[in-house]
Amino acid sequence: MEHIRTPKVENVRLVDRISSKKAALGTLYLTATHVIFVENAPDTRKETWILHSQISTIEKQATTATGCPLLIRCKNFQLLQLIVPQERDCHDVYISLIRLAKPVKYEELYCFSFNPKLDKEEREQGWMLIELSEEYKRMGLPDDYWQLSDVNRDYRVCDSYPTELFVPKSATAHIILGSSKFRSRRRFPALSYYYKDNHASICRSSQPLSGFSARCLEDEQMLQAIRKANPGSDFIYVVDTRPKLNAMANRAAGKGYENEDNYSNIKFQFIGIENIHVMRNSLQKMLEVCELKSPSMSDFLWGLENSGWLRHIKAIMDAGIFIAKAVSEEGASVLVHCSDGWDRTAQVCSVASLLLDPHYRTLKGFMVLIEKDWISFGHKFNHRYGNLDGDPKEISPIIDQFIECVWQLMEQFPCAFEFNERFLIHIQHHIYSCQFGNFLCNSQKERQELKIQERTYSLWAHLWKNRADYMNPLFRADHSQTRGILRLPTTPCNFMYKFWSGMYNRFEKGLQPRQSVTDYLMAVKEETQQLEEELEALEERLEKIQKVQLNHTKVKSKPSEPSKHSGFSTSDNSTANTPQDYSGNMKSFPSRSPSQGDEDSALILTQDNLKSSDPDLSANSDQESGVEDLSCRSPSGGDCVPSEDSAKDRDSDEAVFLTA
Amino acid sequence: MEFAELIRTPRVDNVVLHRPFYPAVEGTLCLTGHHLILSSRQDNTEELWLLHSNIDAIDKRFVGPLGTIIIKCKDFRIIQLDIPGMEECLNIASSIEALSTLDSITLMYPFFYRPMFEVIEDGWHSFLPEQEFEFYSSATSEWRLSYVNKEFAVCPSYSPIVIVPKSIDDEALRKVATFRHGGRFPVLSYYHKKNGMVIMRSGQPLTGTNGRRCKEDEKLINATLRAGKRGYIIDTRSLTVAQQARAKGGGFEQEAHYPQWRRIHKSIERYHILQESLIKLVEACNDQTHNMDRWLSKLEASNWLTHIKEILTTACLAAQCIDREGASILIHGTEGTDSTLQVTSLAQIILEPRSRTIRGFEALIEREWLQAGHPFQQRCAQSAYCNSRQKWESPVFLLFLDCVWQILRQFPCSFEFNENFLIMLFEHAYASQFGTFLGNNESERCKLKLQQKTMSLWSWVNRPSELSKFTSPLFEANNLVIWPSVAPQSLHLWEGIFLRWNRSSKYLDEAYEEMVNIIEHNKELQAKVNILRRQLAELETEDGMQESP
Repeated sequence: MEHIRTPKVENVRLVDRISSKKAALGTLYLTATHVIFVENAPDTRKETWILHSQISTIEKQATTATGCPLLIRCKNFQLLQLIVPQERDCHDVYISLIRLAKPVKYEELYCFSFNPKLDKEEREQGWMLIELSEEYKRMGLPDDYWQLSDVNRDYRVCDSYPTELFVPKSATAHIILGSSKFRSRRRFPALSYYYKDNHASICRSSQPLSGFSARCLEDEQMLQAIRKANPGSDFIYVVDTRPKLNAMANRAAGKGYENEDNYSNIKFQFIGIENIHVMRNSLQKMLEVCELKSPSMSDFLWGLENSGWLRHIKAIMDAGIFIAKAVSEEGASVLVHCSDGWDRTAQVCSVASLLLDPHYRTLKGFMVLIEKDWISFGHKFNHRYGNLDGDPKEISPIIDQFIECVWQLMEQFPCAFEFNERFLIHIQHHIYSCQFGNFLCNSQKERQELKIQERTYSLWAHLWKNRADYMNPLFRADHSQTRGILRLPTTPCNFMYKFWSGMYNRFEKGLQPRQSVTDYLMAVKEETQQLEEELEALEERLEKIQKVQLNHTKVKSKPSEPSKHSGFSTSDNSTANTPQDYSGNMKSFPSRSPSQGDEDSALILTQDNLKSSDPDLSANSDQESGVEDLSCRSPSGGDCVPSEDSAKDRDSDEAVFLTA
Repeated sequence: MEFAELIRTPRVDNVVLHRPFYPAVEGTLCLTGHHLILSSRQDNTEELWLLHSNIDAIDKRFVGPLGTIIIKCKDFRIIQLDIPGMEECLNIASSIEALSTLDSITLMYPFFYRPMFEVIEDGWHSFLPEQEFEFYSSATSEWRLSYVNKEFAVCPSYSPIVIVPKSIDDEALRKVATFRHGGRFPVLSYYHKKNGMVIMRSGQPLTGTNGRRCKEDEKLINATLRAGKRGYIIDTRSLTVAQQARAKGGGFEQEAHYPQWRRIHKSIERYHILQESLIKLVEACNDQTHNMDRWLSKLEASNWLTHIKEILTTACLAAQCIDREGASILIHGTEGTDSTLQVTSLAQIILEPRSRTIRGFEALIEREWLQAGHPFQQRCAQSAYCNSRQKWESPVFLLFLDCVWQILRQFPCSFEFNENFLIMLFEHAYASQFGTFLGNNESERCKLKLQQKTMSLWSWVNRPSELSKFTSPLFEANNLVIWPSVAPQSLHLWEGIFLRWNRSSKYLDEAYEEMVNIIEHNKELQAKVNILRRQLAELETEDGMQESP
């Protein structure tokens, strides 16, 4: 609280991104956890809520006659442009937010004050929803070749690894310890995924400390052990996911990559995925393109190309495809590493697992996958996503890229995933929101020390509870697309990779398709289920009556309640659909006629409406998920009634094409 | 002329057909007057039937005695035939070349095609202007049908019947025709029932350099405005282009002479610029070698999506004038046969729910493209692979279909038809067994006696068995105006057309099928439940009767 210099500023304007002439007048509130903007318009009092942890940058722009503009960019790609009338207020808000957006202690994060009104038992059950030990069991482990190792008990060997790890049976503690000393941050080779059909495995590690000539007998034995654990193949692939040049440069620092001469029966392979700095800059460039006010087609395509973003996505996918093929088609085990083995390695292992195993394409399986390859193996969530104030050079959209890879696959295989796009978007949101404890800290060890499970709630339980919102209606467990391996075309189909506007422009509803096929089909399926139940009930009653009539007994039965099927008309959820600025720079008509009534151009945004069923995502309704801190109460006073996300924007009904 | 003269080798054995995503097929190649047929003579293998008129270009090459012909089709498909024997190969190639470039329309396949289906409704009479006018006449008495063009004498590219303001007589129309490019005097394109505003279209006014004017033209245009109302003239050319047109006798409406009208210039590209854009786009889509960045830069360099954005934006602007500003509009470019029609027809897709149904969309194509005189014969003579650049080819109609697809993508539940319907129309505009898209205007179609000698596409499409393929299961009548987004993020490459032959659509087809199943299953259950409810209700009343005798 001490960081809030001014809790409330009146007469602030929230500028519409699409047409800058439009702005909503309202009051800005700063609370311990949120920035809240409440519009003055008496009938809607629309609220926009932004979590401090979502704030990426705050920019104070030059003061103009109308006031002092403040630009807030969020990690979930929301962009807020506010105009504060007084410079002084603007400065206070700016200074407060700078501090609030960069907490220095974990205890300042939202998850420690967030209270969804669940009791202790429910919270504990929530944390038990995803159990990695169950997952390894599902893979068929332990078996004749792999065993659970307790070598990392109490994080003795590697503090960024989990305590429970699977290693080849023939890898003794001595070998593991030796190998760990020869690997960056002691991240020795351990099992990520086991393909029980042919005993091939995907293992992961960090780079070897080979320098120009160093070698390590135990490390060589470790790789040997991985090969032996797969009797069907006489070699293993070692995939270094870095560009060759980067790997070579590491040799000078005493790190590097495996020398094929020293390791028996390995096939070494570079797959050039760029490092975290390149990825951060690439996203930055792409977001600049998304932010352009009214870009031409060329501006957009050129900017997208120039950002290199889709090229990076393709590189990650290609690596995943290579590994999945090696495992399933060649039956060879693969050891994957990059430098530290917690960024590119996590991306690539999880993409390969997703391609290989249909389980990871289910709702629960996907949570398990993130739990396994990202959370347990020490992906540095805190550093990468800037939850606490830290080195900005550590920030990089690594898991965002993985989530996008999944989306790209969903576009190619529409029936193969149990979950829908919204599921991915919500996961992305919560990686940054710090509303749940799952993604806190940089390693399992830190989370344990912080007692995350006792003090915060699990996102997985929350998502599971609301799973109806995340279902892909086209998914069918028995569909051929669902089963087995996802096979992508062998030709280099660059056009396969598309810009994901549902993610990067997701707060600009006007750019998204106005009707959602997913939501429509979900509504149909829901109705189908009701019909099935009704059908059964009707058949039962019919049978009863017929029996009774047969017996010439008179039984009176109540007439059936005709249940009305209103269809799935998307039209009762109307959100104003208004024309954009189509005119470019056109002279305005001298006397314009009043614009027509707005009722019939109102349009259907099913998506919006369904979306608001998940309170924590629609930008303005975080309050529904319950905040203990009193200062977080809805500033509109009284109860926190979630304001409709689809509240009509009065202004927007006016034709805007003449005003430009 | 006999086709036999052109067919130098009618049949070759042991020809191997290569298509992407299919295994190679060996079989016998046959040439007929209108088709190239490859048959493997095995029961379970599909034969290839390709219309010669679908062939855009061919390449041939030889490796020893084995010749290879690469056939590039107007629908962008590329197939390869390996033909043993150099002579056979050369003969086949030159025969295909001759047969695919016949210059007489009456030798085209539609004049020879005998339908194997029963005609339920003759498509030639499905969309008569009189019937279309009935939709409006209930709402307004300000407009009338005019037969002034009965003999195609006033305007050779208009249909014999047009809709004009009631207060303007045929004599005035004749005068106005002399003042408009190609005799294309302003006619009604669309009447917005909600507020009585209209879209009119015409050719450019022939003002020339000395600012010629025409009282009847001014009177006609003003006659469409209600008291105190103003209107917009949307010129689909940039101001500079419009000004340059004056030197050639064309021009634009001077605001001094049309004081109640405000002119807006929007630049939509024409002819060879569009054709080159298509060629570049298809080339980029077929190029499998380049890396990610090259793909995006090639897509960008083709400018195809830029054209899509321009056309859609202009159509949205037109719709906005009508629906939001309550102002009538007149649209023209130069001839009024290309960009003008793109804009008038797309504006109707946005404004008029009827044009988003199958029947309504067919009527729209009849009205705004065929009867309005879009020169299909010239524009669709060649497609993306043709080397000989002629002046008149241009993918104007394909751009229109692409724009419709973009809107459909944004409003998937508001259209009665699906993507396949649009693809089908594209195919038939370029090569067809039906006469619908032959000729450049109604006058030519009349002379060719297409109604008597050929079958209409609509006769075939509007049979229930065909319609079911083109009907979207998602359709829910939406009576609202739909405003599409024209931001670059919202516009996409139409993969169903441009990547159709370059990727396997297996998984997408499966998804569509699943979607249909979900909805069908729901409908079946609904029907079952309704039957049971009725039965139950009947039984219960019987029950009641027995109880109270």
